Amino acid sequence: MRKFSFHPCGNYHENYAQELNIFETDFGRVCLGIFLTLLFFVAPFVVSPYMLYILNTIGIAAIAAIGLNILIGYTGQISLGHGAFFGVGAYAAAIMATRLGVGFYIAIPVAGIITALVGMIIGIPSGRLKGLYLTIATLAGQFIIEYVLIQWDSLTKGTMGITLPAPQIMNWQISGDKAFFFLIFVSLVLMTWFAVNIMRSKYGRAFIAIRDNDRAAEGMGIPIFKYKLLSFGISSFYAGFAGALWAYYMVSITTEPFNLGLSVEYIAMVIIGGMGNIPGAIFGATFITLLNEFLRFLTGVLMNVGAITSLGLNMAPLKEFVFGLVIVLFILIEPKGLAEIWRIIRSSFRLWPFSY
Amino acid sequence: MEFFLQLLVNGVCVGLLYGISAMGFVMIFKSSSVLNFAHGELLALGAFFFLSLVTWAKLPIIVAFILTLIGCFILGFLIERFFLRPLIGEKLIFVIMLTVGLAAMFKGFILLIWGGNLYTYPEFLPEAMGLKFGSIYIAPVYSATLIISVIFLVLFGLFFKKSAQGIYMRSVADNQKAALSLGVHVRRVFALSWAIAALVASMSGIVLGIINGVNVHDLSSIGLKVFPVVILGGLDSIGGAIIGGIIIGVLETFTGGYLSPSLRDVVPYIVLVFILMVKPYGLFGLVEIERV
Repeated sequence: MRKFSFHPCGNYHENYAQELNIFETDFGRVCLGIFLTLLFFVAPFVVSPYMLYILNTIGIAAIAAIGLNILIGYTGQISLGHGAFFGVGAYAAAIMATRLGVGFYIAIPVAGIITALVGMIIGIPSGRLKGLYLTIATLAGQFIIEYVLIQWDSLTKGTMGITLPAPQIMNWQISGDKAFFFLIFVSLVLMTWFAVNIMRSKYGRAFIAIRDNDRAAEGMGIPIFKYKLLSFGISSFYAGFAGALWAYYMVSITTEPFNLGLSVEYIAMVIIGGMGNIPGAIFGATFITLLNEFLRFLTGVLMNVGAITSLGLNMAPLKEFVFGLVIVLFILIEPKGLAEIWRIIRSSFRLWPFSY
Repeated sequence: MEFFLQLLVNGVCVGLLYGISAMGFVMIFKSSSVLNFAHGELLALGAFFFLSLVTWAKLPIIVAFILTLIGCFILGFLIERFFLRPLIGEKLIFVIMLTVGLAAMFKGFILLIWGGNLYTYPEFLPEAMGLKFGSIYIAPVYSATLIISVIFLVLFGLFFKKSAQGIYMRSVADNQKAALSLGVHVRRVFALSWAIAALVASMSGIVLGIINGVNVHDLSSIGLKVFPVVILGGLDSIGGAIIGGIIIGVLETFTGGYLSPSLRDVVPYIVLVFILMVKPYGLFGLVEIERV
């Protein structure tokens, strides 16, 4: 049994491997263990079904946000098409489940792979374009995918939508919020683990090099086009995976939700959570999902206040206004996002009583 | 043949509208390299200000028009002062997302106050402005649009080529640091360009409102249509915006007329991807040279 390590009072790394450690101290390891235990063994059994629904929504959004963070936060390529990628994943899973009758354990990963291919096609312009030109190209990708989803009637049933069968493994049927909770959060943990580790590998370092200066990265021998495509692929894999989970969870899907607004929401998650920070993406997903639910609740309450209804005011657009305001305020006040706030809180505990 | 001509004329008319809506967008990009996703909402704000002044305050058309322009000039100034100025020198994604956030705010604001209904302005353009060639008819609004776009094109051309402020703007767009070191008041240039852009946007919003009626959702979707237009014309070319607008407009009406109406709305984006792959700086844009 080795010694339980606490935070050292300086930087005592002796090799690169130590610097790449995910957990600086055993304390962090224990905290994560406790958190995961609470999440899996306590949370689903004590919270109300509505809270469980919110948790599941957060989990799905977090998977997509982690993927987008790999692309935006680590590789520096902005994609406005992730709402559509999410839709591609959802439709791929739905079509496989209804037409081919494959189980969810195949349909969901394969949906992710199909989305990764679509994402790489949309990412092809990144070979030539960067910055705002690439952003506009992905914007075009968003509209084209949306159009294809609506118009390819024979495959996607257009505006009619598709109803999925309940996912089944052996004889056990996954249905209800609690069963989905485990499916979604086990996926989220696996996906987070994968994302954290890929960022410590040579691929992650290449992504970061491309973000910081793509010309210099090329000069150092990184084939930037290949890595940009790879980043698009990984990132859309996450989006597609999340979309497929969402399709199973929602049971029936239509093309409507996968619009530009959804893409914007995901970017908002990445920015509010903190760019280039994997836990940040989870924070961002939590924040935006809770904000959406809160605003829905708030507008619902305001609709029933006599004074407002008698004035003839429609309070629903308040949701949009506040959403925009939150994005703007975060960018202006804390552009590094919730992850930075979390770091400041942690370090002020660590440095107590001399925190600054 | 007649169908073809009518489509062509319609396309050019719609295209002129796109071009005129894109001008404010190009204005902002040209001076501050900001990609403005809130452009559609700026159009809508102008259109709704005008609507309120005309129908609710019952002001004469010309007074309402001038008041709207002044209001939007100030609005653009305020947007720059409070939202864009803190972001000078920040990463691209923050600037883009800030304008996206602003777009959501404006849209929510407009919906809160005016709602999502379709409004129309009272008729005020003289019928004599309508043109008729044989069987092809051009409505008065379109000829007014043509006149306005030509006037603005000339004005802006002169402004950017001759006036000191215009030259400052171009220098800032080209290289902020160099402009600053040569004594250009960069902050003033940004403020002015946003103010002018908001003014132009409000004017385009009014023109669009006369033709299609005033509706938030329509106007903000035009704000997204602007992207293919400006990419085709070149992001920093005002003349290019008009020509790009006409090309996109004609393409749209032709696909709507000959291929399928549902394809109409996507065609600009397909063209957009194609142009980006082949000629990313557009037909008339300045090619950026990048140094490590």
